[in-house]
Amino acid sequence: MTMAEKILARASGRDGVKAGEFVVAEVDLALTHDIFAAAVFGHLVAAGIERVFDPERVVVVLDHLVPAPTEAAAAAHRTIREHVERFGIRHFYDAGHGICHQLLPEQGHVRPGALIVGTDSHTTTHGALAAAGTGIGTSELAYVLATGKLWFRVPATIRFDLSGALRPPVTWKDVILALAGRFGADAAQYRAVEFGGPGAAGADVSSRLTVCNMAVEIGAKFGFFAADETALAYLAERGVEAEPFGPDPDAAYEALHELDLSLLEPQVALPHAVDRVEPVGAVAGTRIDQAFIGSCTNGRLEDLEAAAAVLRGRRVHAGVRLLVAPASREVFQAATRSGALQALADAGALVLPPGCGPCFGGHGGLLAPGERCIGTHNRNFVGRMGSARAEIFLASPATVAASAVAGCIADPRAPEAGP
Amino acid sequence: MSEAPLRGRVWCFGDDVSTDVLSPGEYAIDPVEVRKAHCLESLDPSFPIDVRPGDVVVAGRNFGCGSSRETAPENLQALGVACVVAESFARIFLRNAVAIGLPVLACGGVAEAFAGGDEIELDPVSGRVRNLRTGAGLAGEPLPAEMREILAAGGILAVLRAGRRG
Repeated sequence: MTMAEKILARASGRDGVKAGEFVVAEVDLALTHDIFAAAVFGHLVAAGIERVFDPERVVVVLDHLVPAPTEAAAAAHRTIREHVERFGIRHFYDAGHGICHQLLPEQGHVRPGALIVGTDSHTTTHGALAAAGTGIGTSELAYVLATGKLWFRVPATIRFDLSGALRPPVTWKDVILALAGRFGADAAQYRAVEFGGPGAAGADVSSRLTVCNMAVEIGAKFGFFAADETALAYLAERGVEAEPFGPDPDAAYEALHELDLSLLEPQVALPHAVDRVEPVGAVAGTRIDQAFIGSCTNGRLEDLEAAAAVLRGRRVHAGVRLLVAPASREVFQAATRSGALQALADAGALVLPPGCGPCFGGHGGLLAPGERCIGTHNRNFVGRMGSARAEIFLASPATVAASAVAGCIADPRAPEAGP
Repeated sequence: MSEAPLRGRVWCFGDDVSTDVLSPGEYAIDPVEVRKAHCLESLDPSFPIDVRPGDVVVAGRNFGCGSSRETAPENLQALGVACVVAESFARIFLRNAVAIGLPVLACGGVAEAFAGGDEIELDPVSGRVRNLRTGAGLAGEPLPAEMREILAAGGILAVLRAGRRG
């Protein structure tokens, strides 16, 4: 069986399942955040539900609207805190702890082989540690909190076999952008994807989180790396003892694709689609107004370090606002200790609190009509960050940092080469 | 929620209609009365103003891609949209539509076969779709029975409430 089949079989109490079957599965972890938690708890109260299926297996995070930018957001946060208290939720992360998809792995909530649902499409992130993570809506999460269960259609799996090694400063963000560009935004619709092969084994956990985060951008229900020594070492550091977990050797895949990592160049997604992807050279010289480094895709220590490496001893271009939002307080603290945040601030970055920042357009860094932003986040749809007439480009932290210096989209392999 | 065939006036949209245009993040926690007024406005400003109860949205591939926000189908439902017929749906949008009781139908060729203002007739059980202006007929893929049961119950919370009573 594939990783998706193994997890859904175990969670539905069956010996085996096949792609296409409907199952009712027990959920191992349920996640919600400040955009949707009030609605989820509201559904529970309206249905007369007084307790959740297991207060230990529910995580609630305030990350999107932090600190509260409006009175309405402050009121929503207060409502959520009251419900967290009322339902006895054990794992509550108030404003400032960080983004839910950073906290889940970082704080030891993710186990290989687990079934995780969240009211956020980027719940696919947790496949980096071999968990089946997927996004659902508020009504379905309320159903899960009430019953501990949810229906699933077992997905077919597309396997990406990766060989070779990336040539720095090319990163795994460039890999997932390249895959989106090559296969399209709906390539894995209703399907799971597995990233494997010797190239995948060489990825650190931070990179795996980036790739699985954006698996949903090619339509995937789950995105997986196997839990190997790299994953188990990361988990052990966070107090999670786990066994290796991966697909069976005879797993049946709907499609197999190969990619040689050593051939890859830095990639950029163009407005307004994540699958409109070109090598950076095709858009180099495009003037920008804002650069953003952060989000659940690329807001980790490794990402801030990569940006700092480009920006040390340089200044952000006078016409550019560089916004940096660490993915969590732990990342913020580590980047303070490592000197990365110092280097970013010295270069002229505006450092935002740990959280989603401007990524989803809720507050803090919105764009005016006609403005352009290049960011490390995961979506560039029309209206994503303020004006529907703004343009968003997506790239790696190194490419975004090089662009912030140049004042225009720039190749991180030659950061000074602006027009 | 009836499984009876329905007729409605058509609004046409393209591929990859995202949750950011169905329910912009800027109004994420606003009440539905506020949110629905911005539904699809960035693609067609007249849509949230002129859409009438019973109208049908026809679109291309990957409808509802992006976020898990249930407000995307909820805005359409609140505006009175009777059904969304698209070449294909993004996974979470499809789940959410079923979970709140908004009928959806995947139908190859539908984007080509319709223009804004056409009259559509569709049968959610057989998947049969017809353009009443041109007479063109198409065969959509009806939802699996497991999902139609949730739709017919009025959504997953109705299923939850029924389960608690039963």
